[in-house]
Amino acid sequence: MAAQIFSAIFVIIIGVGGCVAYFWGANKALDTIFPARGVSGKAAINNLRRQGVIRPWLFVGPAMIILTIYLIYPVVETLRLSFLDRGGAHFVGLANYQWAFGDREFRNSILNNIIWLAVVPAACTFLGLIIAVLTDKIWWGTIAKSLIFLPLAISFVGASVIWKFIYEYRGDGQTQIGLLNAIIQYFGGQPQVWISLPFWNNFFLMVILIWIQTGFAMVILSSALRGIPEETLEAAVIDGANPFQIFWKIMVPQIWGTIAVVWTTITILVLKVFDIVLTMTNGQWNSQVLANLMFDWMFRGGGDFGRGATIAIIIMIAVIPIMVWNIRQANKETEGH
Amino acid sequence: MAASTGKSFVSRFGVHIAVFIFVAIWTIPTLGILVSSLRDKDQIIASGWWNSFTSSSQTEAGRLPPASAQVEKEGKFVLQGNIFGDGPARNISAFGVKSAAPTQYPAGTTADLGDGVTLQLNADGSFVMTSPKAFESERGQRVYYASSAPPKFTTDNYDTVLFSEGIGRSFMNSLTVTIPATVIPILIAAFAAYALAWMRFPGRALLIAVIIGLLVVPLQMSLIPLLKLYNGVGSFFGVPSKTYLGIWLAHTGFGLPFAIYLLRSYIAGLPREIMESARIDGASDFEIFVKIVLPLSFPVLASFAIFQFLWVWNDLLVAMVFLGTEGDQIVLTAKLNALLGSRGGDWEILTTSAFVTIIVPLIVFFSLQRYFVRGLLAGSVKGG
Repeated sequence: MAAQIFSAIFVIIIGVGGCVAYFWGANKALDTIFPARGVSGKAAINNLRRQGVIRPWLFVGPAMIILTIYLIYPVVETLRLSFLDRGGAHFVGLANYQWAFGDREFRNSILNNIIWLAVVPAACTFLGLIIAVLTDKIWWGTIAKSLIFLPLAISFVGASVIWKFIYEYRGDGQTQIGLLNAIIQYFGGQPQVWISLPFWNNFFLMVILIWIQTGFAMVILSSALRGIPEETLEAAVIDGANPFQIFWKIMVPQIWGTIAVVWTTITILVLKVFDIVLTMTNGQWNSQVLANLMFDWMFRGGGDFGRGATIAIIIMIAVIPIMVWNIRQANKETEGH
Repeated sequence: MAASTGKSFVSRFGVHIAVFIFVAIWTIPTLGILVSSLRDKDQIIASGWWNSFTSSSQTEAGRLPPASAQVEKEGKFVLQGNIFGDGPARNISAFGVKSAAPTQYPAGTTADLGDGVTLQLNADGSFVMTSPKAFESERGQRVYYASSAPPKFTTDNYDTVLFSEGIGRSFMNSLTVTIPATVIPILIAAFAAYALAWMRFPGRALLIAVIIGLLVVPLQMSLIPLLKLYNGVGSFFGVPSKTYLGIWLAHTGFGLPFAIYLLRSYIAGLPREIMESARIDGASDFEIFVKIVLPLSFPVLASFAIFQFLWVWNDLLVAMVFLGTEGDQIVLTAKLNALLGSRGGDWEILTTSAFVTIIVPLIVFFSLQRYFVRGLLAGSVKGG
């Protein structure tokens, strides 16, 4: 273990040192090859110009190389693999896509993903908004927000253990140690094995993600609410609006843009949700989702890369509209400058 | 805002109650595993953790000593002792000798077991069993009893998971993955962000658009090609394909779009005058970056570092694909996932392990929440 700590420290030094050495060295090399000082005026101007052309690429170069290897190349390669067979050797056309839409498990995953997409972003945004509004009104709001925000730091696996403990079921007559079943039993209900309850188990898994992400929505929306001009609220009060009217007609329309951002951010997260399903049910009892199915096919029976890639592409297709919207927004912003 | 609040006492009170309920729902689950991880492992299954501060009652089984321990007294054969032996004392409320009726007799009464055999079991665990004939069986009489144990808290669970379940080792593995994977992207992203914000070069706008696009590309898109690439590189050079170096670079790659995006929007907002006056003084871009931009960007660098740290520490998917699942490489999240499979019902192991995995993020989060929130706002409100 001590060796591991040493090698980790060593690597940090090498890694960071390497980065520093690269940027410093490349920069130095550029100054030496095209010197701007100590040469005649015309040459200096020429060299300065050359430096100006080259230097940006020295700065963005490492990032571009890494992005190309780790994100851009894989996107192209995954697309290519989705048209190949399991080992990636033979072209099979659209066979993988045909398989996907005929596969019961895949269709179940699509259906579940749609339910997740319909429920989780809406629930997080709605709860986050309500909590943001309520906590703004009380003196211990900051502490409350901190505590609701806290699950955001917890890993999905950790959160799954936390909630699995809440959903824990023990046979009839035994003491229920899962909080949910204990409450149900206290009120005279019948304890259930929540995570294997067909259809509804999806919602018990969604609760975990909602529990984690509501804090995110709350923080972003809370800051947007602070940005609402006081005058609009005061005017509404003078006009005799009640708190609900103020909330729905004055506050919500003014933070519409932020709500959209929160909604899309959580939507992307939902499309990628994997850990929760893997640890809670691993897709059993009809709770499969695309991301987990994809992981499953990557390794199932030695791995079927064709089918895995196909599922990845389908997740990607769902993300593309949001991606286009983001790029447009960003372009608008830069043009505004 | 205050003007819009309902003024009546009832509605103000209602807000407090509502927020309190939300806070309770959001904290109780975590509290549950914290409390459970500190409980005695027999008590965890005997009663809900919310009852952990009161005595828990459970039905247990024990065995009386074998015939060899009997003594003859006044023509009767007697077995005497304490059912708890040297174990921790509990309070017995009832006992029985049949598994179907484990609480047939109240504690302290004398039960008639037939053939003149009697058994008395007291609340403190002491028992007297008498018989007119000598006891013969070498296996002692089975006794069932309902006992209540006082609340017992212990750190034994932590000892167990850290040192014999391999969580301690995984903790080190997680640190080994996380720290370099947090530090390496910062420098690379900072240089790129500076170039994208303040240097003019052809293709800059395109590059920014590509980075914003990559921001939302699902990780799933990268997994298979990178797995193939790593396997290929591994077999070509005859080195293992699952290495720490591999996962550091993978996390660097996956973290870069957000890092560049976050840092660029911050660095682009630094005052132009500072840069220009430095340039007039003859400073090169490199000097401006190192001496002016980096120090001024400390808050956003801290924000990103926290993000990346939490993301890498909490990651399961990348670790499961690019790192081994053996002791010297398995990280905490993967270990916890494995324990969920192998130790499914052992809640003392699971709750304790879960708490060990979340404690570091919680500390980082609470101590640096300000930077975290700032990064969150900068990262999502502006461009999405």
